[in-house]
Amino acid sequence: MKTRFLSFMFSVFLLTSSFHAFQSDELLVDDGEFGLEGAPPQPHQRSSDPAYIRSSPTPTTTTRRKFSDSDSDSKIQFSLEHAFGDSDFVPAGTFSARLKTWSHGGQQTLTKLRFSRNAFTQAEKENFEKLLIGDEFYRIRLPSNVLSPPGRDYVVSSVKARCLPREGLDEHFVIHMEGVNILAVNYGAPGACPYPRQMKLPAKWSFNSHTVLKNSEQAPRTPVFAEEQLGENGEGEAVKPPERSFWAKYWMYLIPLGLIVMNAITQAMNMPEEQATGQAGAQQGAAVQRGPSPAVRRR
Amino acid sequence: MAIRVFLISLLFLSTTITTFSLYEDQVGLMDWHQQYIGKVKDAVFHTQKTGRKRVVVSTEENVIASLDLRHGEIFWRHVLGSNDAIDRIDIALGKYVITLSSEGSILRAWNLPDGQMVWESFLKGPNHSKSLLLVPTSLKVDKDNVIIVFGKGGLHAVSSIHGEILWQKDFAAESFEVQHVIQPLGSDIIYVVGFVGSSQFNVYQMNAKNGELLKHESAALSGGFSGEVSLVSSNTLVMLDSTGSTLITVNFHNGEINFQKTDISDLIKESLGMATILPSKLAGMFALKTTTFMIFIRVTDEGKLEVVDKINHVTAVSDALSFSEGQQAFALVEHYNNDIYLTVKLGQEWNSDLLKESIKLDDQRGLVHKVFINNYIRTDRSHGFRALIVMEDHSLLLLQQGEIVWCREDGLASVIDATTSELPVEKEGVSVAKVEENLFEWLKGHILKIKGTLMLASPEEVVNIQAMRLKSSEKSKMTRDHNGFRKLLIVLTKSGKVFALHTGDGRIVWSLLLNSLRKSETCENPTGLNLYQWRVPHHHAMDENPSVLVVGRCRSNSDAPGVLSFVDTYTGKELGSSSLVHSVVQVILLPFTDSNEQRLHLLIDAKQRAHLYPKNPEAVGIFQREFSNIYWYSVEADDGIIKGHVLKDNCIGEVSDEYCFETKEIWSIVFPLESEKIITTVTRKLNEVVHTQAKVIADQDVMYKYISKNLLFVVTVAPKATGGIGSATPEESWLVAYLIDSVTGRILHRMTHHGSHGPVHAVFSENWVVYHYFNLRAHRYEMSVIEIFDQSRADNKDVWKLVLGKHNLTSPISSYSRLEVITKSQSYFFTHSVKAIAVTSTAKGITSKQLLIGTVGDQVLALDKRFLDPRRSINPTQAEKEEGMIPLTDSLPIIPQSYVTHSLKVEGLRGIVTVPAKLESTALVFVYGVDLFFTRLAPSRTYDSLTEDFSYALLLMTIVALVVAIFVTWILSEKKELRDKWR
Repeated sequence: MKTRFLSFMFSVFLLTSSFHAFQSDELLVDDGEFGLEGAPPQPHQRSSDPAYIRSSPTPTTTTRRKFSDSDSDSKIQFSLEHAFGDSDFVPAGTFSARLKTWSHGGQQTLTKLRFSRNAFTQAEKENFEKLLIGDEFYRIRLPSNVLSPPGRDYVVSSVKARCLPREGLDEHFVIHMEGVNILAVNYGAPGACPYPRQMKLPAKWSFNSHTVLKNSEQAPRTPVFAEEQLGENGEGEAVKPPERSFWAKYWMYLIPLGLIVMNAITQAMNMPEEQATGQAGAQQGAAVQRGPSPAVRRR
Repeated sequence: MAIRVFLISLLFLSTTITTFSLYEDQVGLMDWHQQYIGKVKDAVFHTQKTGRKRVVVSTEENVIASLDLRHGEIFWRHVLGSNDAIDRIDIALGKYVITLSSEGSILRAWNLPDGQMVWESFLKGPNHSKSLLLVPTSLKVDKDNVIIVFGKGGLHAVSSIHGEILWQKDFAAESFEVQHVIQPLGSDIIYVVGFVGSSQFNVYQMNAKNGELLKHESAALSGGFSGEVSLVSSNTLVMLDSTGSTLITVNFHNGEINFQKTDISDLIKESLGMATILPSKLAGMFALKTTTFMIFIRVTDEGKLEVVDKINHVTAVSDALSFSEGQQAFALVEHYNNDIYLTVKLGQEWNSDLLKESIKLDDQRGLVHKVFINNYIRTDRSHGFRALIVMEDHSLLLLQQGEIVWCREDGLASVIDATTSELPVEKEGVSVAKVEENLFEWLKGHILKIKGTLMLASPEEVVNIQAMRLKSSEKSKMTRDHNGFRKLLIVLTKSGKVFALHTGDGRIVWSLLLNSLRKSETCENPTGLNLYQWRVPHHHAMDENPSVLVVGRCRSNSDAPGVLSFVDTYTGKELGSSSLVHSVVQVILLPFTDSNEQRLHLLIDAKQRAHLYPKNPEAVGIFQREFSNIYWYSVEADDGIIKGHVLKDNCIGEVSDEYCFETKEIWSIVFPLESEKIITTVTRKLNEVVHTQAKVIADQDVMYKYISKNLLFVVTVAPKATGGIGSATPEESWLVAYLIDSVTGRILHRMTHHGSHGPVHAVFSENWVVYHYFNLRAHRYEMSVIEIFDQSRADNKDVWKLVLGKHNLTSPISSYSRLEVITKSQSYFFTHSVKAIAVTSTAKGITSKQLLIGTVGDQVLALDKRFLDPRRSINPTQAEKEEGMIPLTDSLPIIPQSYVTHSLKVEGLRGIVTVPAKLESTALVFVYGVDLFFTRLAPSRTYDSLTEDFSYALLLMTIVALVVAIFVTWILSEKKELRDKWR
């Protein structure tokens, strides 16, 4: 009993601890303080895309939540990169989060994730429009390890560009974590994107970003029944059979029986009437009988 | 009146008798079972004694079997585990079959008459080595016959009576590689010969009685050796040097080792190319095989080599068999066209043939791979020989007196893949006369059946009924039936042979050894991979025959060039084949067909390029229309990466044509290698039909199943837990289950089972997945179920919305929409470990489902899916009970009657295939392993048809009796009425 309670507590603890993911309520504030944060830490591919030079100083739309302990020493950053169709990946924004080390096991998880998105440059806008026209893929990627990016490989996700535009550009990230590893990122529109996809330009070229961090769920434990409990249960089942009405149980016997009885009654009724007809004439009896027979009338 | 009541009640009774499971007398009515053994590796005859003549064989499917030499039937058979390969077999003491298995570490003795295991010895040794078994006839230690085994780097002498190890000598220290263990006839000395490295030749002389090392000589061999080392006589060995151009004869005698080198070019004038020495043991000779011919070379007493003969079409040579007075004979088999010539030659005199026979074989058997001979005394006291031959298609034939005595299709023991094909439609105007002719018989049969159902039949009649049922020719007809029970099972075997089996009785309708899957110069080690339904004619190509596509590749590695072959399933002819320039890693069936009803297939090669088949412009046209809607995924299990792909544009480069397409990656999932390793991936069956999307749950509520063909179920385990159970502690082993949308790469569900261990077997159907694994904490196997429901449609419950059309049920679903799904899951304990899991599939998907579990005992258990419902609770409400919910239990019940295979075993079970019949209630189940088993299943009983043994005659008689009764009573009542009226 005690162990069960403990295990229950344990699973509750794990469940609660695994849901540190949060949905950031976006604040469309031009946040100069975090604008520089958007600068990606990795220098590679910088030279490959001239658009980059413009992108870093532009004030970005940031989705963030105000935390008092944002400048914790275990703060880490990793960058989001995007690509238009088949182009190369270029930095598009920065995730920052707190790395929390659990006291037991030394396991590390990310908490308090926030995201700052670089706004599209003119060139990127044009590229994006091309994607919209061609119904092409807008691709993003994240490093598979947040401590030593890019880890083993990048995790890539993509969406048909036509799914994103609403009033602005709505995007939704679900980042699946395992410790400090990113397993996968699911990227897409926060709402529906029915097929065939309509071509539509966004009214505003700014991103509404929602991010969710997900960890693995704990599987429910297999129910283990104590021996007596099971016995009780089994007996209980055996004792009360499903209650059915008398009619439900025996209708198949009752109908033929009813028919027989009916038949017998009509037969029986015929008998006295036969005697009656001898005395009181046919008319009355014929009316009671199965139907007025024309033969009787004729007589 | 009483008659009527009786008849009515009789009618009720006869219709209410439905079958819950199989009755004893129904065995074999709709199921069949075939036993096989696999490709024979080694054979030992046992014909000396009077009594039953038999041959004991070991096979590549790790089967040891004793076969009747007269008919080829199996006397007894044992299937050793898949990791317990049999190395050698022999017969000791004339009554025990000795097997050496698992790389020379397990020695077993089986009783020859009945196959009981007599004893078992585990030989321990430090390292792996070639394993050799020697059963001397005359060697005795304390009145006990000794078996000499070389295995695990040591020489062991084992008592043949009780399997005790008498003595043991390890050769491990010197990194000695044994080649032969020789016991000269009648002496107590054993020679162990072998090499250290490739150049030092060693001979150990041992005392067989006590394992004492008498002498040890070694000599350096310049030039090394390669390939087989042939033992020509008890003190002479022949081998090729490392260049393959020089023959080395080694003679060791009384402590002297002599080498003698002979250039092959000195013996034979023409160039040979690559030559190899055959491993066959011939007396005083050896055989040298090249690609085109075979040379027999005799070794004279002085160690000289002389060429005896050169024969062109030889394919197999047997070992020498000593028969009367020290004479030795061996057989060789030659091929000319479709005939094979079996020649038995006397070892000493080359030119005298003891036997020369030509046998006509059917051309679908390929070449002879192995031949074993056995002698017998003819009625005229001369020596006769019989030969057991193993063919390229793995079949086993016994030849005697120029005829095939029997033949076993043992290729069917190694089925790789199976699919089905419809039979031709019955032609009009065939059977009326036949029926009239047999009307009396038919009636008689039915009267018998009535007797049977009324339990009036005498024992003989019961036997008659049984026989009648079994031979009812209806089920083995070669035409399509109304219920869709008769089909052709097309199976691809490891030998590259395709068989068509009739589902009615399991007979082979046709077989075809695919030329494209045979060994050739361009394709040295071809293997079949999969079978696909290439053409299923139903709409506008009714006159075309259906065909299947066989996909294979030339070597076992995935970047080897692929092979395609198209086979007509009615005639069993190969329609065409092509060896591809590209490799085949993945085959994707597209849901489109061209005007010839050929299914479009996309073959993905190792360079992630997609190739479209069939290669015709029409197919490209159809394909281009759906170009942007084709997605697929690839699983790199070793790297722990799953990737999603789409098509880009036509290929550029060396293989460019309009049927080749470049692809690009659109998503990827990277599992951290230090904590997760992919072990299982499962998807839904493509042809599965789901009847309803909605599931009405207890409180009149509706849940919508999330039904997507693109769901992928992946299981990863901790890297430590990939070994066998026990390799990891519960703390360091876990198992994570994922549900992934393979179009967008979204993880819909992710769940960790701590303390759980592989191997994982899973099955995916409709909106649920069931998987089986081991729970280390509970020390038991578990089965879990995940059901996934669509929440975005959950608000379509309002009737008014449905009436006014304001629902979103008909709107198309896009994977790019944000998902609102909920999952429900539950785990249950399960007693057995599992070899395979499948699920029944029916034509319309209405019938409830059963899980088919291939248990460790090689049986198939049918388990109702209702037991694996995640919504089961301890005390279900009244409404839930009405729905049919079973109260929660911690373990899944195993009901003995629900074994589909009833009393039979499908030895070495590997796979379960279910195919829907046309009748909705019924699914066809084909189980394969070393054995084959087929049956029909009705998970919710046959609610849509009368059972096969339904007595139509009784029904007819009842109706007639009723009609007669009606008329009689009518006449009676008329008469009575008339009488009344005249009164």
